Parts: sequence; C-alpha cells; structure tokens
Amino acid sequence: MTFYLLQALNGLAYGMLLFLLAAGLSLIFGLMEVVNLAHGGFYMLGAYLALSAVRWTGSFWIAAIAVPLVLGAVGFLLEWEFLRPLYRRTHLDQILLTFGFAFVFSDLARWWWGADVQSLAPPPGLDRSIPLLGTFFPSYRLFVIALGAAMAGGLWLGLGRTRLGAMVRAGVANREMAQALGIDIGLVFTGVFAFGAALAGLAGVIAAPIQGVFPGVDFETLIVTLIVVVVGGLGTLPGSFWGSLLIGEVDTFGKTLVPQMALVVTYLVMAAVLIVRPTGLFGGRPR
Amino acid sequence: MTASLLQVSGLVARRGSVEVLHGIDLEARPGEILAIIGPNGAGKSTLLGAIAGVYPARAGRITLAGRPITGLPAEAVVRLGISLVPERRQVWSGLTVREHLLLGGYHRYWRHRSEVRADVALPQGIFPRLLDLDRRLGGSLSGGEQQMLAIGRGLMARPRILLLDEPSLGLGPLIVREIVHALDRLRRAEGLTVILVEQNVKAAMATADRVAVMERGRIVLRGTPAELLAHPGIKAAYLGKGYEIAG
Repeated sequence: MTFYLLQALNGLAYGMLLFLLAAGLSLIFGLMEVVNLAHGGFYMLGAYLALSAVRWTGSFWIAAIAVPLVLGAVGFLLEWEFLRPLYRRTHLDQILLTFGFAFVFSDLARWWWGADVQSLAPPPGLDRSIPLLGTFFPSYRLFVIALGAAMAGGLWLGLGRTRLGAMVRAGVANREMAQALGIDIGLVFTGVFAFGAALAGLAGVIAAPIQGVFPGVDFETLIVTLIVVVVGGLGTLPGSFWGSLLIGEVDTFGKTLVPQMALVVTYLVMAAVLIVRPTGLFGGRPR
Repeated sequence: MTASLLQVSGLVARRGSVEVLHGIDLEARPGEILAIIGPNGAGKSTLLGAIAGVYPARAGRITLAGRPITGLPAEAVVRLGISLVPERRQVWSGLTVREHLLLGGYHRYWRHRSEVRADVALPQGIFPRLLDLDRRLGGSLSGGEQQMLAIGRGLMARPRILLLDEPSLGLGPLIVREIVHALDRLRRAEGLTVILVEQNVKAAMATADRVAVMERGRIVLRGTPAELLAHPGIKAAYLGKGYEIAG
C-alpha cells in the first residue's frame, strides 16, 4: 500500500511539472491555433540554463527566478520578431517556424552544454528525504508538488478574476469578437507566448534535480506535453491541470508496473479519452 | 438634413475567397436608425463586418465624420466609435455578464478604470435585467438576455454608431419590442446612430428612419419606410399582402 501511495506522490510531482508545460502550450494554441513545437526547447533550455546559473551564482533560487525571466524574454523576441510577420500566412508556416526553432535550440544546447546527461543537486534544505508513511520521501518532490499547486491556483485566479485573464479567455473562445471589442489580440498573444515560454523554462529548472537534462529531452517532453493537452482539451486551464495529473500518474505507474509498455500505456489512455470525449476531458465543441 | 456621419463609397469586400460586396454606397446620418434588409446571402452581415473592420475592404472607401477608416483593424475602428453587435450575438459562454460589459469598455479601461466601472450603469439602465444577471455566465442566459448583453457590451465602447446584426433572430415579439424601444431611447438620449440589419422586415420598418434594400452584394433600393411600402415590388417580396405600416 505504501508503495502505491509513494508512487502516486511521484506521479503527482511529475504531473505538476507537466502542468507548467501544458498550461502555456494549451493557452497559446487556444488563442492563435499555433502549436508551439519549440515549447520543449524552452523546457530544455530552462534546465541547462539552471545548471549554468547555479554554477555561476551558487544559488538554485536565483536560477529559479532569473532563468524563467530570460526565457520569457526569448519567447517575447521569438513571437515579436519571427512569428508576428507570419500571421498573414497559414498556421502551417507558423508551426514550421516553431519547429525550426526547436531544432535551433536543440543544436545550441548540444554545442554549448555537450551530449552528456547532467543533473542538478536539489537546493540546500530540500536535498533530504523526510519520514512519510513509515518510510522516506524526497522533500524536493513535495516542494515540486506544492509549487505546482500554487502555480495552478495563481493561474486559475489570474485567468478567472482579472481583466487580463478575461481578455485571454475571451480571445481563446472567440478571437474575432474580442478584436471587435477593441482588444489588441496580437499584444495579448505576445504576452501569453512569452509567459508560456517562461513557465516552460520554470518547469525545466524545477525538473533538473529530478529528471536531469540531456540532448533529446526537449522533444521527449514536447510529446508528453502534447498528449496532456490533447487529453485535457485545448485551450482550457482545468483541462491542462487534470490532464497533467492523469498523464503524470499513468506514466509513473506505467513505468513501475509495466516498464516495457510504459509509453504504450500513456497512448492507450489518450486513445481511450479521445474515444469517449473527442475534444478532450475539458474541451468544448470543436470549432 | 445634417451631414452624414458615416460614408461608404464603392465598397468591395470578400469573405474568404468569395467577393460578397460589389461596390456599396451608403451613408448614415447622426441620430438616425438605418435599416438594411434583403434576402439571405445578400451580404448584409458582411457589410456590417466590413464597416467594423472585421473583413478587409478590397476596394472603396469608408469615412467616419470625414476621417478615412478604410483598412483599419477592428480594434482600431471600435476605438473611433463604431461598435459591432454581431450576428448570433457571440456571447462568451464562460464569461460573466459583468465581464462582458467591462470587456466592451476595455479600450478605455487602462486609462479610465473608474469611468468604465461607472459606465456599466448605462447598459444596466437600458436593460435592467442585466443588473440582476450580473454574476451569471453568458452561456446560461436565454436568447433575449444574450441579445441584451450583446447590445450592452457594444454600448460599453460609447459608440457613435452601433452596428446591429439581426437582433430579433430567434426572439419572441415581446423581447423584440423591448429591444426596439431601447434603441429608440438611446437614439433620443444619446444621439446614437444605429445601422440595423434585419430579416424581420416588419420590425425593421417600424423602427427605422430610412431603409436600404440589399440584393446579391448591391444596394438596389433606398428610401423611408413609407416610400418603400409604396413600392409594389418591395411589399410583395418582403411583407406579403395586406401589410400596413402601422402593423
């Protein structure tokens, strides 16, 4: 029993990481119908930059704050300089551009940080296991769960209770109508894109002590995040949240119980959800 | 008569790859209700959308009080005082009534926060039901309530011209009458100009000062309701026999 509870906690921690990734990807898609294929790249860069930042400053916490800000700025530049000129073209052109950036990020990382698997020590104070359920559990993972829950709560309040949030929701549900009300939807999108990049970067920083970072982690993460977004429903925050927790648990239990079939189990869950609800758990009507 | 507030000349617009408007000339005067009637597919909604900047003009010219607005994006047009209440209302099912109204005043919000908060009283005064529904989600409202909300949201931009696309669609006669009365009061109190697209020709004729008839992307006839009623073709095509203006 304890084994299952601990695995459930591990799955919860992984699910919270996925949520940080899925929230941004899902909102970006909901607003502009652009699948940001560079999203995994932001995650990977977040982890690598955290390594360098910790080496440089000696503090995990400085890295956890500075790296997302830097990647938010990179996301802003990517959207403003490269994506914006493509809005008159098809979505395929826009998606191809983000795919190109995914490769650029991938090669840059391999060139600068090398091809070895690297990992980051948890910050002091969170580097021990604490007694839990008659055994021991890494306190850092509990921190990840708490941080993810806090971010989810903050996002939920920000989207649900603020004017900016109302604008984003209005834009996701009906972009043309939002524009007709005088909302500069392009600016809202730039903001959401940059914010999504920062969240993905934060996920990378937070994940580095658990999962480590290595070449290819960007595309691996992108695929899992896409599965989450499809399962949860595009453009909905509750969908990203519950989809993340579901896939986090399924992946964790899959890897411990049927390791040779772990990825298959995740895909099976996705297929099952799509059969029952083709627009995802929380998705609305297809547009 | 006073000079025109909105002047449309030679307007050509597409929707997707199909040209829908083939050269529209139209003017709206301050404080008038101008109705546009015509069969389905005549291009009435496209005309409103093109004026509002939702569909780009391929040719022609639109001016608001002498100032050219052709080619401006929708978010710029609404700032200049033209507010669109689109077909099928386009209410957000996941946003509350109050959020709809505040978003309608969005473009003034950053600079005039308290003013926009106070402005909510205007649509609530015109449609008191919006006050009772304040915290309800758009998706939970009836058709008539959604229409009131859509108009209220459009009024939050403090427009000089309200473009109203088929407000009576799917609504009972009592609610249509309430909306028509509200428009009339707005016109008197605020000097609001309304361009009204309607399938319900009877309601349109009873409300409008002038009427334009559209067919296949062109305006084929224009005049006062009385003039159009005297026109034998119009009466037969749109109103049926035995119709009188008093209705």
